[in-house]
Amino acid sequence: MRTTRSTSWSTARSTSTAAVLGLAAATALSACSTPAAAEVPGVTDDKVVIGTHQPLTGPAAAGFASISAATAAYFEYVNAQGGIHGREIEYVIKDDGYNPANTQTVVRELVQEEEVFAIVNGLGTPTHSSVLDYLDQNGVPDLFVASGSLTWNQPDTYPNTFGFNADYVTEGAALAQHAVDTDPDAVVCVLGQDDDFGEGILQGVELVVGDGEVATNQSYSTADQDVTAQLGAMKEAGCTHNVLGTINGFTALAVGTAAQMEWFPKWLVSSSGADYPTLVEYLGEEGTPALEGLVSVNYLPNSPSSEWYELFSEINEEYNDGAPYTGNTTYGMSVGYQFAEALAAAGENPTRESIVAAVESGELRGNGIAPLTFSADDHFAHRTVRIAVVADGVQDFTDDAYEVSESGATPVEPEQAPLENEGIPATE
Amino acid sequence: MSTHLTRLLLRAGLLTLLALGATFLLDPYRNYQLATSAGVFAAVAGLTLLVGLTGQLSLGHAVLMAAGGYGYALTATWVAGALAGADGEVADGVVGWLLPLLAGVVGALVAAGVLGLLLGLAAARLRGPYLAGLTLALVIALPSAASTIPALSGAQGISAPFVPVPDALAALIAVEQWHAWLAILVTACAVTPLVALRSGRAGLRMRAVHDDETASRLAGVDPGRVKTGAFVISSLAAGLGGVVLAIVTQQVSPGAYGLGFSLLLVVAAVVGGLGSLGGAAIGAVLVTVLPWVVDQATAGLPADLGHRLQGNLEIVLFGVVVIVVTVLWPGGLSRLLKTTTFFQNTKLFQNTER
Repeated sequence: MRTTRSTSWSTARSTSTAAVLGLAAATALSACSTPAAAEVPGVTDDKVVIGTHQPLTGPAAAGFASISAATAAYFEYVNAQGGIHGREIEYVIKDDGYNPANTQTVVRELVQEEEVFAIVNGLGTPTHSSVLDYLDQNGVPDLFVASGSLTWNQPDTYPNTFGFNADYVTEGAALAQHAVDTDPDAVVCVLGQDDDFGEGILQGVELVVGDGEVATNQSYSTADQDVTAQLGAMKEAGCTHNVLGTINGFTALAVGTAAQMEWFPKWLVSSSGADYPTLVEYLGEEGTPALEGLVSVNYLPNSPSSEWYELFSEINEEYNDGAPYTGNTTYGMSVGYQFAEALAAAGENPTRESIVAAVESGELRGNGIAPLTFSADDHFAHRTVRIAVVADGVQDFTDDAYEVSESGATPVEPEQAPLENEGIPATE
Repeated sequence: MSTHLTRLLLRAGLLTLLALGATFLLDPYRNYQLATSAGVFAAVAGLTLLVGLTGQLSLGHAVLMAAGGYGYALTATWVAGALAGADGEVADGVVGWLLPLLAGVVGALVAAGVLGLLLGLAAARLRGPYLAGLTLALVIALPSAASTIPALSGAQGISAPFVPVPDALAALIAVEQWHAWLAILVTACAVTPLVALRSGRAGLRMRAVHDDETASRLAGVDPGRVKTGAFVISSLAAGLGGVVLAIVTQQVSPGAYGLGFSLLLVVAAVVGGLGSLGGAAIGAVLVTVLPWVVDQATAGLPADLGHRLQGNLEIVLFGVVVIVVTVLWPGGLSRLLKTTTFFQNTKLFQNTER
């Protein structure tokens, strides 16, 4: 009996020695990583550090990796002109490979290790959803999420989260309204991604054509290799106007597959999957004619005739190594402009509270085709979208724009924000 | 109660307490990493026992973790909803989070256990590469399964209820540290039974079956039952690992349990030393921390090169680590630790693979 006990104690002693060693190692580790608490995280006298999570590798990289590069280029341009309130903007881009599990790790890294002031333009619905609560609990401003999911517009639950894209319901409603306006006999169908994206588009379309009035609603998963079955069903249902809630890769796949079936319906595509240069890249020379007449919506000055487009092209040449100019470039730089505008409005000494208040104040203009709609009880930026059509290989705006509310889509006049002060937001 | 069991529980309690104490020395991000490692540890411990003692190679333990995670998230969300529904408002206080948590753990055990039992029944009839192939197929099928079953919400995954820091502790510890505590406790509950089983009669039977099935059958040990049992136990540990990750990240999605992750679990078991639970701990920390170290190391490189290396370099490194470890210390890193005097008495690092 006694011997057993003594063995037990010696085991315990050796275990605790091991553990003490472990503790010592842990102390050494934490000593070099515990950062001194700054008053406002990420803000110093001459710098503001912000972070983002983007798909630089993985399935979504081909369609979206160029966005953050464009945003970074715009910030370099701003920094070269002296920054905002004398502070340079440092944009820390982390790759999450469009995998929610990675997003959680990299966002914690941004918040706890890099101590960013805010997360800006975190990309993707599944990815960003996974860090929404975390950012809320830590009081990190979660600005201009790169997705049109309705999730971002919950001011009571997530007071610091703001969307950037026009929400998918708005886009779906505008596209369907356009279809009905141009052809009263339109048979409207929907092909959507099997998440908030596809559901939002469907909801918007049904707002216009009526519940259950969509001829057929098909969906795909991003893991799918082809959409032949879905398009077969749509052709079968006699669709004339297909509204797509698809990302670029799947828009190309849908249009290409239909062309192979010798089927050429009208395509009406969400802004998230209607970037003409990207689609051309996917489809190649032979597939390009099928894109003729493709209708899409946009809320940003993504038109070669816009002065913003001209400025962004110059910035792209100078600060982005002249990367090919696509809709992602306009998007990324517009995000950069909108953040710079919010930072300018947040005052000489910005705090996390003051930048959220600045966005909610409703005074931000943005650079879109209509004034931003941010307010204390609306955390979405764009309720108005403008129709763009591909004609003779050029995607450009028409004069049609729709404002979407709960009662449906109503035609309005677009009011493009003018370019002032060489695209640097003014600080008073 | 035998002295053996008392000693084992004493040691488990001590290690758990020390691990809990260690969380005070870590900053939030490192506590998050610790909690993640703890979850991975639970799964690797189950896997290493399975491979090391019964010789059944499973490449699909990530799916068993996912089963645990989904089981936890669905049950905990349902119970939390029922509690909120009963009195019309969100239940607060200890009951508000403890009941869903406990119910979630039960749900996870059921989900992982049932899947593990099905697999185990197949495992008893399959050998070597065929079992590995079957489990591998499961990992590849997970994303499709998630998008086919409506309750699992496809690639977006489902969310698990957030477990807030109890009021009594709120002033003392941050949420990451609290989650690290929960992670350590759940992992302790997963690993301690494994230690007991391994050193007890069940462990003896598993070794007997591994060494010679005919001989063990002659000795009255049914290999099929032993193998199935080992698979179920291993699955339960993996399921609890999934619970830990669900608590820490409040999210379960198929992307978190992909093929790469599943193979990393095997890497962790091999590098630590097959059959060694202490080795499993080392392996789990390694697979959690190495990607982060690589990320830090590549941060200084030009953006273009850095992006190309990201996600690829760590896979190369894991390959190198496995080769180096198997060449230098064939018994895994736990062998290395055994040679240092501090760990000589610690049975935890005993290696049973021959």
